[in-house]
Amino acid sequence: MHLNIESDHNRFKEIIRGKIREDFKKYITKGEMVGKRGKNLVSIPVPSIEIPKFRFDYRKQKGVGQGDGEIGSTLGPGDDQEGSAGAGNSPGKHILEVDVTLDELAEMLGEELELPNIQPKGKKNIVAEKDKYTGIRQTGPESLRHFKRTYRSAMRRQIMTGNYNYEDPRIIPFREDKRYRSWKSKSAPESNAAIIYIMDVSGSMGEEQKEIVRIESFWIDTWLRKQYDGIESRYIIHDSRAKEVDEHTFYHTRESGGTMISSAYSLCDQLLEREYPTDEWNIYVFHFSDGDNWETEDTVKCLTMLDTSLLPRANLLCYGQVESLYGSGDFIEALDGKFQEDNRLVTCEIPDKDGIYDSIKAFLGKGK
Amino acid sequence: MIATELPPDLVHQREEIKGYCADAGLDFFETIFEMVDYKKMNELASLGGFPTRYPHWNFGMEYDRLEKSYSYGLHKIYEMVINNDPCYAYLLNCNKLVDQKLVIAHVYAHCDFFKNNLYFAHTNRKMVDEMANHSSKVWKFVRKHGYDKVEEFLDRCLSIDNLIDLHSVFFERRENQTASALDAEETETPSSNRFSTDKSYLDKYINPPEVIAEQKRKEEEAAKEEGKKYPPEPVQDVLLFLIEHAPLNNWQSDILSMIREEAYYFAPQGQTKIMNEGWATYWHSKIMTGKALTDAEVIDFADHHSGTVHATPNQMNPYKIGVELMRDIEERWNTGRFGKEFEECEDLEKKRNWNTDHGKGREKIFEVRRVYNDIGFLDTFLTQEFCREQKLFVYGYNDRRNAYEIQDREFKVIKQQILMQLTNMGSPFIFVEDANHKNRGELFLRHRHDGIDLRKDYAADVLKNIHAMWTRPVHIGTEIEERTKIISFDGNDYHVKDH
Repeated sequence: MHLNIESDHNRFKEIIRGKIREDFKKYITKGEMVGKRGKNLVSIPVPSIEIPKFRFDYRKQKGVGQGDGEIGSTLGPGDDQEGSAGAGNSPGKHILEVDVTLDELAEMLGEELELPNIQPKGKKNIVAEKDKYTGIRQTGPESLRHFKRTYRSAMRRQIMTGNYNYEDPRIIPFREDKRYRSWKSKSAPESNAAIIYIMDVSGSMGEEQKEIVRIESFWIDTWLRKQYDGIESRYIIHDSRAKEVDEHTFYHTRESGGTMISSAYSLCDQLLEREYPTDEWNIYVFHFSDGDNWETEDTVKCLTMLDTSLLPRANLLCYGQVESLYGSGDFIEALDGKFQEDNRLVTCEIPDKDGIYDSIKAFLGKGK
Repeated sequence: MIATELPPDLVHQREEIKGYCADAGLDFFETIFEMVDYKKMNELASLGGFPTRYPHWNFGMEYDRLEKSYSYGLHKIYEMVINNDPCYAYLLNCNKLVDQKLVIAHVYAHCDFFKNNLYFAHTNRKMVDEMANHSSKVWKFVRKHGYDKVEEFLDRCLSIDNLIDLHSVFFERRENQTASALDAEETETPSSNRFSTDKSYLDKYINPPEVIAEQKRKEEEAAKEEGKKYPPEPVQDVLLFLIEHAPLNNWQSDILSMIREEAYYFAPQGQTKIMNEGWATYWHSKIMTGKALTDAEVIDFADHHSGTVHATPNQMNPYKIGVELMRDIEERWNTGRFGKEFEECEDLEKKRNWNTDHGKGREKIFEVRRVYNDIGFLDTFLTQEFCREQKLFVYGYNDRRNAYEIQDREFKVIKQQILMQLTNMGSPFIFVEDANHKNRGELFLRHRHDGIDLRKDYAADVLKNIHAMWTRPVHIGTEIEERTKIISFDGNDYHVKDH
């Protein structure tokens, strides 16, 4: 059922998010309702806007209540009473329930970080033709016959010609009654993107580091999904050897051992070569590591690979260096040294969770 | 309206309950029941019961709240009914049959109340259509002037929609009387630039209306220049005053009139909340327990009913107070516990067992539902015994403890508090005192201070909104912490001055 209220509702939500009517900010109160989900109490944020009116100062206002209690006994802290102002002036101690969709989230992220929309690289002219079955016509292959419509027109004809017997409602479609589904071809420009996440899972990457990677990838994923219709995500983990894994494994593995970044790069390269030809895909590579590569020779090898094959393929290659218990490595310096002028590569150090904000901005801020 | 007819079994139940209600003496408009799902119910509730309202975010806000609290199981709207002829009532499709039966009985009693209570006598009984007209009008303005502009103006109107004169629908205010008296004077005295004639058909030609109007305007201006006070008496219907005297565009004054009309339409519902709910609760329980309930439904009924009249610790539940007071009145008029003789009886024992078999209880409550609003209802029938039984108390805010606390259980105090809360529907009394303040066309409003201060920050913002309509500086005279003050807004800044 269509709800008329939706446009009013959206308008309200936009005001609350501060997108429009900024003069209303001071009337917005952040109320909450306490609800239950399973066994847990959750706080449901109910922001509201109070239109200013001539009204009584609620702190000076008395009221009438009902129930037991001695004179002087407390009725609870000063919050909303019978519709008077000042709802929810005590800070919530409950788990906050975020009540927004991923799409809205991405939008808010975009606004907050002032992220530019991505310009798909020069092949926006890939046009895909899609057939959509939207119409009805009188001829067509039997396999596309529309059963219900056919019988409906047969019934209509029978009623009109007086051949319909209410006692014995038998309907026999003739050839003219037959209806077939028909299609229209729609062409839509299609932009596809592949995101390759690479994570270093060597012994030096602890839980906290992985947490950072997880959060950061979530946001990146959310943002890119908003920008592209079809997105494929692939995950590669590596220590001294690399392998492709599924999402769950990616976030939950803890390997030990040394670090050979080149192993991951060569796997990534093969993957791109095999499945994501450059002229059809927008390719994003995000690599997270503590930067403590095993040996300098391997680093040199990495730089060469980046230069010759990875960077030419990718829209963007981001390297985030998280700081582990064992400190931060020097891989980032090696990258910066060689590719400083190259805007296809973005590097960023993420010392702790607070650094996530800046690194997302650095990674996605170029609109590539 | 979306066709959402009742299923056959409910149609049957409705007919049965309608019969019981009519037998009991309830007299209602034809009532159209519709079955809706919870989303639609929430939508309708946020639109005040009407399927079509003008576009505004505050309906969206209400919807947001209802939707969230519904999905977390914090509330459920069982029923909604709108004062219209025919009445429209909505039932929630996921309710149990016993709930639907209860709600149907409840609804019929509401409809009876709408039809018969004096305070609803002036309401527009075709409001469903009128609301739809308002909506299309506003949409028209939106297309012409843009959404933001119209919305901004609506916000301003809604910020003053409580500045109406609740009693004005019952009689003509003096302002109008003097105006008509002036008119009469004018026609009588030829000195007011009007040529007299005894041939009325000639009047139009020798006294062209344009010329007369022009002269009248000049006279008014002259009167203003003299510093003559306008309005002659304070005007409580601030909305009407602005419609008539503020320099508004046509579309703006259309919208303001519309908001005013809706405010007057909704006002009686605010004025009779306790009675109306009490009346409906009284009847649903009477009809359900007396007639419509089957044995198997008793528990569910009791559950639902007790939920309805449940008293939350620091709030007065209008359903509870209303129904208890109705029953109390019925009981008192059945046993004759009223009047001089009863009041003056000193013998406590005798008073407790007082029964003259007066038997006029039912008749009395029908009379009550016809002539009272909440203020009169509580003023007349709230007794000391009732306050004690219902454990009523007065609470107040304690600054030192930053909490509300119980302050008093004295009958007089409680009654006074209730009446004060209901007076003017809990809004402060605001009047237009002078529309040519300081002889500079500034608007001076007066807050009649009855013991409680205004919220200062809000008052200032309302002034700003009124200023946007009036376009000249706007002031309000009030009291803040026992000192007379004037809050002003001159278009740029706020000032608070001693009077």
